[in-house]
Amino acid sequence: MITILYFGVLKQQLNTEREEINWSGGTGSELLALLNSRGGEWAQYLNTQYIFRLVINKKISSWNDIIPDNAEVGFLPPVTGG
Amino acid sequence: MQPLIRIQTADFHFQQEYDNLRLQGGNTGAVVGFVGLVRDRDSDVPLSALFLEHYPEVTENEIARIIEEADKRWPLTACTVIHRVGRLKADEQIVLVLTASAHRKAAFAAAEFIMDYLKTEAPFWKKEIFSDGLEKWVEAKQSDRNAALKWEEK
Repeated sequence: MITILYFGVLKQQLNTEREEINWSGGTGSELLALLNSRGGEWAQYLNTQYIFRLVINKKISSWNDIIPDNAEVGFLPPVTGG
Repeated sequence: MQPLIRIQTADFHFQQEYDNLRLQGGNTGAVVGFVGLVRDRDSDVPLSALFLEHYPEVTENEIARIIEEADKRWPLTACTVIHRVGRLKADEQIVLVLTASAHRKAAFAAAEFIMDYLKTEAPFWKKEIFSDGLEKWVEAKQSDRNAALKWEEK
């Protein structure tokens, strides 16, 4: 089981801010591919054009990093603070 | 140097934060302060409010990393970064950066560096809420990315 958090405009595009899915063992890229396979807005918006950063267990991570069991994964769109 | 980093909904008081920063002492010869405010309009329709979202813990860690990088380039004697989140009205204060260093050029440069990276690296997202009721997430600007990129060449 992993928890996925969506932020900013991604939350609006996907109409979801948080979900839990049964999934274990795999990289960030593999998780993205799984979510893309849902089609529709998931295929349209869950790509590197809309996702600026992947965060695994509160740490900025790369797409090749393995997501451990029970992880919290955050998909971050480009930031607009300051 | 132990920076003070706060993410909060409440407003901040410049003088109080400046006084707190000065208590750290440590051969400070210059303090530079930057305050960002909510502009009342970016387009034809006036802004009613801004809503700011962040990623707790990740945001604080990223700000700490940005300050650490600034401190490597321009040794700081103290640093304060306060960023507000939640619903902010036009003209409200949104961000405070105070940098203290032995020399003014270092304090100026570090403050600018920190702001440029806060705009492009720290996980904050702004949503504009217009007076006609429309809401729109602010898109990342190329000009902000270019401002941050220029530090990588230095």
